[in-house]
Amino acid sequence: MSYLTPPTTSQFTQRLTLHYDPALKRNRFNQIANAIAAFFAALAVVPLFLVLIYVLIQGGRLLSLRLLTELPPAPGLEGGGIGNAILGTIVVTLIASLIAIPVGVGGGVYLSEYAQDGWFSKFVRFGNDVLAGVPSIICGVFIYSLIVTTRIFFDQSFSAMAGGIALSVLMLPTVIKTTYEGLLLVPQEMRMGAYGVGASRFVTITQITLPAAFTPIATGVVLGIARAAGETAPLIFTALFSPFWPEGLFNPIATMSVLIFNFAIMPYEAQNELAWAASFVLVIMILGANLLARWISNASRS
Amino acid sequence: MRSAPPIDAFTLRRRPPQEKLVDIGFRQLTLVLAASVGIVLLAIFLTVFSGAREAMATFGLKFLTTSAWDPVNEEYGALIAIYGTLVTAILSLLIAVPIGLGTAIFITEDLLPRRLRDLIGLLVELLAAIPSVVLGLWAIFVMEPAIRPFLSLLHTTLGWTPFFATEPQGPGTAPAILILVVMVLPIITAISRDALNQVPIELRQGAYGVGTTRWGAIFNVILPAAVSSIMGGVMLSLGRAMGETMAVTMIIGNSLNFSVSLLAPGNTISSMLANQFGEADGIQVSALMYAAVVLMILTFVVNVLAQWTVRRLSLRY
Repeated sequence: MSYLTPPTTSQFTQRLTLHYDPALKRNRFNQIANAIAAFFAALAVVPLFLVLIYVLIQGGRLLSLRLLTELPPAPGLEGGGIGNAILGTIVVTLIASLIAIPVGVGGGVYLSEYAQDGWFSKFVRFGNDVLAGVPSIICGVFIYSLIVTTRIFFDQSFSAMAGGIALSVLMLPTVIKTTYEGLLLVPQEMRMGAYGVGASRFVTITQITLPAAFTPIATGVVLGIARAAGETAPLIFTALFSPFWPEGLFNPIATMSVLIFNFAIMPYEAQNELAWAASFVLVIMILGANLLARWISNASRS
Repeated sequence: MRSAPPIDAFTLRRRPPQEKLVDIGFRQLTLVLAASVGIVLLAIFLTVFSGAREAMATFGLKFLTTSAWDPVNEEYGALIAIYGTLVTAILSLLIAVPIGLGTAIFITEDLLPRRLRDLIGLLVELLAAIPSVVLGLWAIFVMEPAIRPFLSLLHTTLGWTPFFATEPQGPGTAPAILILVVMVLPIITAISRDALNQVPIELRQGAYGVGTTRWGAIFNVILPAAVSSIMGGVMLSLGRAMGETMAVTMIIGNSLNFSVSLLAPGNTISSMLANQFGEADGIQVSALMYAAVVLMILTFVVNVLAQWTVRRLSLRY
């Protein structure tokens, strides 16, 4: 058909039913493609259920007060709990948060509130993306060389502190990114209003801008903490492991993630069971944190 | 009666010096904190490079192409680990990309009521939150025994190819690839979903207006418009997959013998680090650092390419 000659009416009215014809090639293709997409979506959801079911069944049946308050047994013995590992995970994650949140929020404030769009802010944002992509095991290697082998903390090698610092390196990019992006969403008028009534830059940022961006920042920070709590690779040769209760910040400390790793590959049934139990506690904590983050961001929207 | 305050009271209030000091101090503080990102990044590169210097001098580029890993004779080559890192990452993405993209299309393109779509999205996001060490535990005790019959079937039917030439016996490269699929799937789905959601509604309306079917619109209009972000997401997940440590370490078998077969135990750079770094000394530490440098360069290149892809190919319509 030439584009130059206008089509005749009959060309329009030839096979002209406007009814949906499932036998058409295009409609059949549509159906098949729909089915494939649905199948893929089902495939994507299945692993979550399989993992959750096993963790809940295998780990949940061991749940008891003893599990949460006792020390793990020596290899080959039965019973015991993961109390020291739960405490250790909390301690190490807390150290990481105490470092990464102030540094990250400060860095995010600089990028959004002070930085001109020059080479420095471009470099920091690029560096932040690169840092976010650095494999977590490399963070462990880095802190191992920097802190563990140099023994800079009171001549101690492996320590809870080293583990916490390694985790903070991992958290930092998340906190900076969410702070920066959260602050960008704060309308410019709020800043102008604050300057207009005579507030200084410092007061504007701490009293007006940061509180206005609280929701996205808090969401990102909670997600960052949840991710750090489950990390293992940076801890295996920084915080190491300990079968005892935590002995201060400058000694090796047990964490749930390292306990799972160590106990999963042990040939003892009791240890394997504790690994499942620790997975249960860890997964509940992390999924709880994720739902909390989601709740924070939904609560402010409505 | 009180008189109105003199104009000076408004105009001549100078900012007290301490207020200025706080302002300047705060600015400088945040500047330093922002710079800390660069400092940490540089410190990581310098530490790992300087740790690897000795091995680089001793083994040179031969390190990348030989597969001896012999602490007794102090012969080191990272070929097994490099091969394992690349093979597991690339094959897992080949499986995960179609599934993730299909899921993203399924939950963005009006195939379902909104509530159901959001639910599937939430479930996939929660999958991303499960710690890798828990997935590793699950892989050891649940997944690997469950898939072994299928792997055996692969071996009996395709055993004549080098990739399936060995009998599956517990940990190996194939289970590691599958657990990596589970780990990168949520990332690919989330990024593709955002990319598809950002395609302007006018493009969809235009496509449907000229009478295309849903999948006609998806393949010819929507996917081409979103391709740059999706590619960026795929590259990002490639970086993740190469650096992923725990789940892979627990299921790959950590073999020191080179084998092309996917059913045999293998190794990756990160699992070699996780297994040996704590107990290594002397030149072995340096050799492990050398391997870490290789891993860092690989992930760095992939991540920079990811950012470049997103910026370079950014939506053309």
